Amino acid sequence: MTVDTLRLTAEAAAGLLDRGEVSAAELHDAYLAAIGERDGELHAYLRTLDEPNGEGVPIAFKDVVSTRGVETTAGSKILAGFEPVFDATVATRCYEHGLSLLGKTNMDEFAMGSSTENSAYGASHNPWDPSRVPGGSSGGSAAAVAGGLAPWALGSDTGGSIKQPAALCGIVGLRPTYGTVSRSGIVAFASSLDQVGPLTKTVRDCALLYRIIAGRDPCDSTTVELPAPVELPEGTDLEGLRVGVPRQLNEAEGIEPGVKAAVDAAIQLCEQLGASVGECELPLSVEYGMPCYYLIAPAEASSNLARYDGVRYGYRAPVEGGLTELYERTRHDGFGDEPKRRIMLGTYALSAGYYDAFYGQAQKVRTIIGQEFRAVLQDFDVLVSPTSPTVAFPLGARTANPLAMYLSDLLAIPPNMAGLPGLSIPCGLSEGLPVGLQLIGPQFSENLLFRVGHALEQAIGFDSVPERLR
Amino acid sequence: MSAWETVIGLEIHAHLKTRTKMFCRCATGFGEPPNTLTCPVCLAHPGTLPVPNRTAVEWTIKLGLALGCAIADRAVFARKNYFYPDLPKGYQISQYDEPLCRGGRLGEVRIHRVHLEEDAAKLIHVGASGRIHGSDASVVDFNRGGTPLAEIVTEPDIRSPEQAGEWLKLLRTTLRRLGVSDVNMEEGSLRCDANISLRPAGSGQLGVKTELKNMNSFRFIERGIRAEIARQEKVLRGGGRVEQETLHFDPRPDAHPPITSLRSKEEAHDYRYFPEPDLLPVTIDPAMVEAARAEMSELPVDRLERLRRELGLSAESARLLAFRGELGDFFEAALVPDGGSRAQVLANWVTGELASRLEDGQDPAASRVTPQALGELVEMVSEKQVSVGAARQVLDKLVAGGGSPATIVEAEGLAAIDGADELAGVVAAAIAANADAAQRVRDGNAKAIGPIVGYVMRETKGRADGTEVSRLIAEQLGI
Repeated sequence: MTVDTLRLTAEAAAGLLDRGEVSAAELHDAYLAAIGERDGELHAYLRTLDEPNGEGVPIAFKDVVSTRGVETTAGSKILAGFEPVFDATVATRCYEHGLSLLGKTNMDEFAMGSSTENSAYGASHNPWDPSRVPGGSSGGSAAAVAGGLAPWALGSDTGGSIKQPAALCGIVGLRPTYGTVSRSGIVAFASSLDQVGPLTKTVRDCALLYRIIAGRDPCDSTTVELPAPVELPEGTDLEGLRVGVPRQLNEAEGIEPGVKAAVDAAIQLCEQLGASVGECELPLSVEYGMPCYYLIAPAEASSNLARYDGVRYGYRAPVEGGLTELYERTRHDGFGDEPKRRIMLGTYALSAGYYDAFYGQAQKVRTIIGQEFRAVLQDFDVLVSPTSPTVAFPLGARTANPLAMYLSDLLAIPPNMAGLPGLSIPCGLSEGLPVGLQLIGPQFSENLLFRVGHALEQAIGFDSVPERLR
Repeated sequence: MSAWETVIGLEIHAHLKTRTKMFCRCATGFGEPPNTLTCPVCLAHPGTLPVPNRTAVEWTIKLGLALGCAIADRAVFARKNYFYPDLPKGYQISQYDEPLCRGGRLGEVRIHRVHLEEDAAKLIHVGASGRIHGSDASVVDFNRGGTPLAEIVTEPDIRSPEQAGEWLKLLRTTLRRLGVSDVNMEEGSLRCDANISLRPAGSGQLGVKTELKNMNSFRFIERGIRAEIARQEKVLRGGGRVEQETLHFDPRPDAHPPITSLRSKEEAHDYRYFPEPDLLPVTIDPAMVEAARAEMSELPVDRLERLRRELGLSAESARLLAFRGELGDFFEAALVPDGGSRAQVLANWVTGELASRLEDGQDPAASRVTPQALGELVEMVSEKQVSVGAARQVLDKLVAGGGSPATIVEAEGLAAIDGADELAGVVAAAIAANADAAQRVRDGNAKAIGPIVGYVMRETKGRADGTEVSRLIAEQLGI
């Protein structure tokens, strides 16, 4: 049979496999064929596997997920040629459920970026408009799913790196509650924020994949057991649900009118589906979320990236001189501009004499952001906002201005600072490009987010196949 | 009287002898082929995460209790960031502002804190210098990397190199007694840095201190500290000022100068400590502390006190038995009930005669002498059934082949000569054979008695009681 990879959901693919209508090898080949056809333009993948390694649904992993014997670079030249000797826990869990690895997807170097333009291996392109970015840092995974090059994919989200590319590519992305998905084997960016999550075509696929990867891992001390099993969403109404619209997240400077319109329409839809909608305030979280993030994440990154020193693995500069020269040349040549910028920022924030004013202060602010969200979530079950202030922007539009690039994640970052889950679902188009709706809930509220996301998804009826590919 | 008073504080790193490393499941070990006790975690492969070793936490609590510290109810692991090839992550997981244990005292030295961290790997420098600078190449053995390490920091309460050495021995015996560390300096399982400063005698203020590193044996610690005191004294006497810096001690006798600077205060690392985000704070519940307390055996300082108080041992004997726990254990096993009155004699035999017949540091329990045998032998000496000289011969045989002292005495004919007539005859013969010596003794040279005594001992194969022999000689010479 012919497989329409542009439309096939993971759930449907599992059905085809269960009923024997297609074999894992045929499915794998169908995606390889689609990759052969379109990835020259999209550059979603860094590498693909010729043969399936499981009998189940194929999946793509962001190149931050360690895969034993399969090169894993995190988008960096410094890890060129590096083949992990073990599988990340999330990879193992996928394999245990029969999932089969299609390939590793492109990303901003060490997940630092919002467009994949920071990849050492070239930018990815948005399937809706290849002159535009797919978002980032999980842009390769988002482009692969949106472009029909994978039924689903894993990404990672530190400051919006799943939610934002999902929004820009018109697909579903979940940044899970911090501590529910193992980070073991995930190339670290900022330990207290990194979280792996699904990028999928539907909310049900998202729940299915989250069910596979979530849960306590003895190899990651920061993980916990889920308080309740993951449920597949069925319902189409929002009766009794209290939806909060945080003013600062919905009226922030820089939100495009088309984005605002699509999100407002989705909010009205919530009411029509039976929810009560009310405005609420998150003044501190929105004002300080971003500055707080840009102290804590680079501080942790400056330490996490210290291991790339050319001594044991990865890139090693060919130097004749001593140790210091080896370190300096290796890191000078191996890291791109963005990791270097963040290592410098983070080193500064942790330095003696500056720690209290920067890193220490940011930790206090982070506590306050958590308190502010908790208070608002007493009155509301779920909060809504745009995921990204803008639709996908043209390649090169923000590369010269790091601050403009950072602002892509202005709305996605605040709940991350509080450790809260966020689901982005497509809620319409603006100027022919997808708009993402961000749903935020309390810790461990993924089942609720799936329920709300699924009901809205059904009501919105968004076609996730890019118009130009239909 | 010296014009300067020395002030010393110590930082001791002790390997905990847990089965596995601090943050991964690799076995700990010394002397294995290089890089065989490693895994992706202790080699800092991308994406690896630390998982704390519960036993190491429990043992550090135990150690803290033994040192009289307050145990925190919450401790935080922190990253200490610096680049070096022996540190694969580019940071060491240690504890910073929330250590497991604070305060305390061991003997006369107060403890500032005790915390838990991971050891670095071992760098081996190929080439002449033996140090990284000037070596032809350096190679890394990661076997040691990640071994749990308890860092013990004292207050500046030590006043001399000798006191530092003595106190370290007390700490070592305490650690050994707790069973948490092998405390072997040669294998690097116990390492010590010293903070040293001088001040005018009688001053209440601390002078500028230097930190002296690389003193990897007890001998070198005293020598290193002595060398640094001499260096500082020379600087101060010359009207100069001691600079705050980190120093390296070169123990080689031909090292000139033995003390060189590793880095000045300006060059000091900024370690950029921050809480380890890969780990949750460690919460210590009271049950954990109580369990550690219950597991603790009697500590050397307490044993010393008990041996003095209950058995009336001399300070020196009590110290030897308490600080060399294996001697203390042997002593207490050999002590017969109600043998308290002879405890001091037994202590002398254990710490003197027996210890000198064993290899350096050997546990007497592993020798062929049983505590019961030594106890019997000392009884026989006290009851004058054998002379001290004969008993020494019996002990030689016990050490060589074990057995019972009574049997050996019987078989070798070593029983004391109790008939005064028999001994008097031997003494008379001895005087006759050493007429010159006898005359000198009569003339008042008491030391000249030696050859006469020696003759008697040879004739009696040492079975004669020395005191009785002296008495008889004096009697027969009429002095």
